[in-house]
Amino acid sequence: MDLQALALTFRLAATTTLVLLAASIPLAYWIVSTRSRLRPLVEALSTLPILLPPTVLGFYLLVLLGPRTAFGRVTAHLLGHPLSFSFAGLVIGSVIYSLPFAVQPLTAGFHSIDLAILEQARLLGAGRLRILSEIMLPLSVRSVVAAAALCFTHTVGEFGVVLMIGGDIPGATRTLSIAIYDQVQDFSYAQANRTSLLLIGIALIALILLYARRGNNGARHA
Amino acid sequence: MPELSTHDVTLRHHQGAFTLDVQFSLESPWTVIFGPSGAGKSTILRILAGLASPDSGRITLASQTVLDSSTGVAIPPGRRSIGYVTQQPALFPHLTVQQNVAFGIRHLESAARAQRVTEMLHLFGAESLARRTPAQLSGGERQRVALARALAPHPKLLLLDEPLAALDDASANDILTRLLALETRVVYVSHDLAEIWRLPASVVLLESGRVTATGPLQQVLAPHRDRLLKLLGG
Repeated sequence: MDLQALALTFRLAATTTLVLLAASIPLAYWIVSTRSRLRPLVEALSTLPILLPPTVLGFYLLVLLGPRTAFGRVTAHLLGHPLSFSFAGLVIGSVIYSLPFAVQPLTAGFHSIDLAILEQARLLGAGRLRILSEIMLPLSVRSVVAAAALCFTHTVGEFGVVLMIGGDIPGATRTLSIAIYDQVQDFSYAQANRTSLLLIGIALIALILLYARRGNNGARHA
Repeated sequence: MPELSTHDVTLRHHQGAFTLDVQFSLESPWTVIFGPSGAGKSTILRILAGLASPDSGRITLASQTVLDSSTGVAIPPGRRSIGYVTQQPALFPHLTVQQNVAFGIRHLESAARAQRVTEMLHLFGAESLARRTPAQLSGGERQRVALARALAPHPKLLLLDEPLAALDDASANDILTRLLALETRVVYVSHDLAEIWRLPASVVLLESGRVTATGPLQQVLAPHRDRLLKLLGG
């Protein structure tokens, strides 16, 4: 087992999940509450990573973060190293790639709140921040947990984007999914099997916890 | 004399434009807006509360312009000093009764807030419910808490949109008796002739977005009784 890759993968997944929740909660709130004509475009862009091949996203991020663009050159100058082939670059790629897995459950959760409840909060003088923090988030705890679980497990299982942006640098950008690829390339099938089973276990446990938390509210038969 | 008026307020629905051109006095403590379904009763309340935005028009409430599309004035719901309770109590399900009632008076100090919550729950005979959550309440109890919550911030105007329609007679009568003892000015919407007949109110008769009669309730409604029963399907 590549323990270095295991630690890096968990660090990447945890960081990505925290960044995604922080960014997606206000984004989902904006999506459900705005009357802007830009809403369909923003929703489409936030869902796009589900449909794109990871290599497409990885390719454009590689170009964006590299020395070919002004953004890449400025960040490289400020940080002292390019964002591509670094942990920070992996976080950026993972956040964009897993964005729909945070935004979708959160918007579904916010949409499911009875509009009359939100109207009462407005009538009683609550501003947007208070409505979000004291009404919408407490009533969408399951959606927040679902978003966190999906983001974490999706990031743990990432391959294409991570490989394109980060390459395969041990201790810096080599995650478990890339370690499996390396192990297969080396014909170390037993090692690849152990690592793969670990990834399956992580995803399965996360999903079981998620569905157990949901309870049997959806049961249609007594 | 407090007056409420809407001027050329236009709402466009998918079924076409809906125009409200309504002016009436709030001289009486209770004003009943009465009319058949689709007359615009609930729409008026939602626009007054700031929960619905008309496409154009002007609304003044006691000399204060709360909405004017020509100058861009649109006072948000929370700053209109209006309480609004409908048939659906819409309590915050994750908060206790006490927390629900306290939601709109966060600006008060802790002791004053607690005292106001107790007063409001007492007013509606709901003191014993303070620590319960909305899921543990009956329909009548929820409506008592919704009214206590709406009145806690001392609103200038209380808008009630058929708040008793889903309750049994005993609960409805008890709540109505308590409401009638209030000093707050009330605008009450109903299409139940029997329910409003007992109210010491002035009435605004509304048909298709237009006021067709105003004045003391029995005086206004008696001449229209036959036509109203026909409109209401009676």
